[in-house]
Amino acid sequence: MAALKIKKGASRKSAYDLRDPHAEVIERHTLAVVVDNEAGVLARVIGLFSGRGYNIESLTVAEVDHTGHRSRITIVTTGTPQVIEQIKAQLGRIVPVHEVHDLTVEGAAVERELALFKVAGSGERRVEALRLADIFRANVVDSTLESFVFEITGSPEKIDAFADLMRPLGLAELARTGVAALARGAE
Amino acid sequence: MTRQMTGAKMVVQALKDQGVDTVFGYPGGAVLPIYDEIFQQNDIRHILVRHEQGAVHAAEGYARSTGKPGVVLVTSGPAATNAVTGLTDALMDSIPIVVLTGQVPTFMIGTDGFQEADTVGITRPCTKHNWLVKDTNKLSEVIHQAFHVATTGRPGPTLVDIPKDVQFATGDYTPPAKSRTDHYRPQLKGDVAAITQLVELMEAAERPIFYTGGGVINSGPQASLLLRELVEATGFPITSTLMGLGAYPASGDKWLGMLGMHGLYEANMAMHDCDLMINIGARFDDRITGRLDSFSPESKKAHIDIDASSINKVIHVDIPIIGDVAHVLEDLLRIWKSRGRKVNKDGLKGWWEQIGKWKAVNCLNYTNSDTIIKPQYALERLEELTRGMDRYVTTEVGQHQMWAAQFLGFDEPNRWMTSGGLGTMGYGLPASNGVQIAHPDALVINVAGDASFMMNMQEISTAVQFRLPVKQFILNNERLGMVRQWQQLLHGERYSQSWTESLPDFPKLAEAMGCKGRTVKDPAELDDAIREMIEYDGPFLLEVLVEKHENCFPMIPSGEPHNKMLLGDAQATDAIGDDGAVLV
Ligand SMILES: Cc1ncc(C[n+]2csc(CCOP(=O)(O)OP(=O)(O)O)c2C)c(N)n1
Ligand SMILES: [Mg+2]
Repeated sequence: MAALKIKKGASRKSAYDLRDPHAEVIERHTLAVVVDNEAGVLARVIGLFSGRGYNIESLTVAEVDHTGHRSRITIVTTGTPQVIEQIKAQLGRIVPVHEVHDLTVEGAAVERELALFKVAGSGERRVEALRLADIFRANVVDSTLESFVFEITGSPEKIDAFADLMRPLGLAELARTGVAALARGAE
Repeated sequence: MTRQMTGAKMVVQALKDQGVDTVFGYPGGAVLPIYDEIFQQNDIRHILVRHEQGAVHAAEGYARSTGKPGVVLVTSGPAATNAVTGLTDALMDSIPIVVLTGQVPTFMIGTDGFQEADTVGITRPCTKHNWLVKDTNKLSEVIHQAFHVATTGRPGPTLVDIPKDVQFATGDYTPPAKSRTDHYRPQLKGDVAAITQLVELMEAAERPIFYTGGGVINSGPQASLLLRELVEATGFPITSTLMGLGAYPASGDKWLGMLGMHGLYEANMAMHDCDLMINIGARFDDRITGRLDSFSPESKKAHIDIDASSINKVIHVDIPIIGDVAHVLEDLLRIWKSRGRKVNKDGLKGWWEQIGKWKAVNCLNYTNSDTIIKPQYALERLEELTRGMDRYVTTEVGQHQMWAAQFLGFDEPNRWMTSGGLGTMGYGLPASNGVQIAHPDALVINVAGDASFMMNMQEISTAVQFRLPVKQFILNNERLGMVRQWQQLLHGERYSQSWTESLPDFPKLAEAMGCKGRTVKDPAELDDAIREMIEYDGPFLLEVLVEKHENCFPMIPSGEPHNKMLLGDAQATDAIGDDGAVLV
């Protein structure tokens, strides 16, 4: 018998799925998951993603209702439409999960991320960094003679763009919160 | 009025309030306070197993054969890790069980204390939900929630981890009625518009088929009754997964037999060629679908499932219906009747003619022998000699399991207990103990393989202690038969490690534990041996020495669609391509 050749496109997910997984478009979705803030709930959500081979691009979590002990987890994930549907259904199955919202399909939503940039340098580069920070409406939250820490809020794309600009100007460290998102409108 | 009691007492009280009559367990340091309470009462019977895996499988057998949750009590650390296989098995097959584990005291958690394991961490992916209880005041409510979650919606295993100091401390007891369970309420009723759409398709379909699974059995006896009514009223053919056997009677004239990798030719062909597939409580498992891109290419598909995540997971369906099988079937029947009970009579006539041709292939045919017992023959005789008896069957995993599914017939639900999703060797013997506990007067048979049997054979000792007259029907081929079959078909007959050398003398092994044993190898003596096994008033092990290199057919080779089934050895050589060989 010839050596085993794994056919291109053989999926890891189902033993019998020999379809080309690239045949379908990969979409990026932002999910908001409202959970009971109980021990281990984040591990359940993350374990679901790693155990079933789903992607996490970004994840944020914090308690949003202290009296009701509810937390909101915002997850940015990618996958084929079928996988995205699976992710939502699987999240919905976790016992302490109350609501799963797909902000990407449930109408317009705002997405914001906060980031802290440490930029070190002197002379022209330092002046340029400060000038660009001003254009991006970043705040200076710490400064020394050789460095700034900028605080910037915006869409992930805006933060990516700012990072690209800061890199040649002495970007030393970067911390991002991941995306927080809400649907627009009164509901 | 709240009642105060220790955590240990609460555990027993909560179990009583949940109507538990039996606990399968094994004591140890971290659960001694609970065992002390067990000792001081008579309402709950404790079955002492010989290995914690055995406790969980026994609880599964109990649960599956009764529809009630099975309960397990074990200590911390190694006991909890021993329970992991059973938990995973119950999760895959949707079996409601509640496992209580002891834990080191709260103040020692995280210090690598003696017999400490991160039980909730380890079991998080293999339970439906689990809890670590750090406050005695919350213990009883959590136990009630564990029962609620295990038995509601798609059933499954839950686990409550109870540190030892929580068992000693005193707190308030919350009765079941006051426990918060409202936020876990899966939807039971299906969407009427979707059900009506399905009815419209049923009225027109020329080649419909019901494809049913374990969900029908989990939904309860009413679901099986409604399914029978629906099948008889419509005249549609019906097949079932391994997990769903018995929901529709094997003696029914619409029955096509089990489908899937080792399913019947007529069932698989009908699945492939149908124009309407109605999936009721099954999950398009890979053992069922075969190659996905050629799975039933011509059909419209409807899927009834209580678990939304089962729908469109691997197979895209046209009509998804989320709901409990019994609820949905009730609506389906009502709507179908109210619209005039229509079916496509001409279409169905042709369809049954086609099915008749497939049936005529007689796919379970095998060459019998009068010198050596064929495994198929052994099961045919078992079926014949136990027909009409109050019979429950469990199995181990391997060829014998598939032959049992093919050759034994089940006319009632909850009579067939097998490890489907996980395929756990070692399931059958402890499961048979659990079934026998629940049905003391029934005939309980574990159809076993020589290798699987040895994975939990210590549980014979449990059967002897509790006088459980379970019957171990071992088809001994001195091989890991199913592994050997795959090596023959896929790996050039290189039988790597699939030959079991130095097997024990099984009857002597049984006798060493106080169980009666017998070996039979002459086909002429088989009936007598089976009769002795059935009639013997106590646990009995019958070792049937069978043909060593028999293969299990039909078989859908890996990576092939339903209509590429192998029916016998002559077809099997080089039937599986390289693509198929990488699949499990
Ligand atoms: C715990 C576990 N380990 C390994 C396997 C892989 N496996 C599947 S069938 C089988 C052989 C079973 O042999 P036996 O019980 O003698 O049954 P037979 O196939 O010979 O009827 C093995 C090793 C399994 N299913 N479960
Ligand atoms: Mg064997």
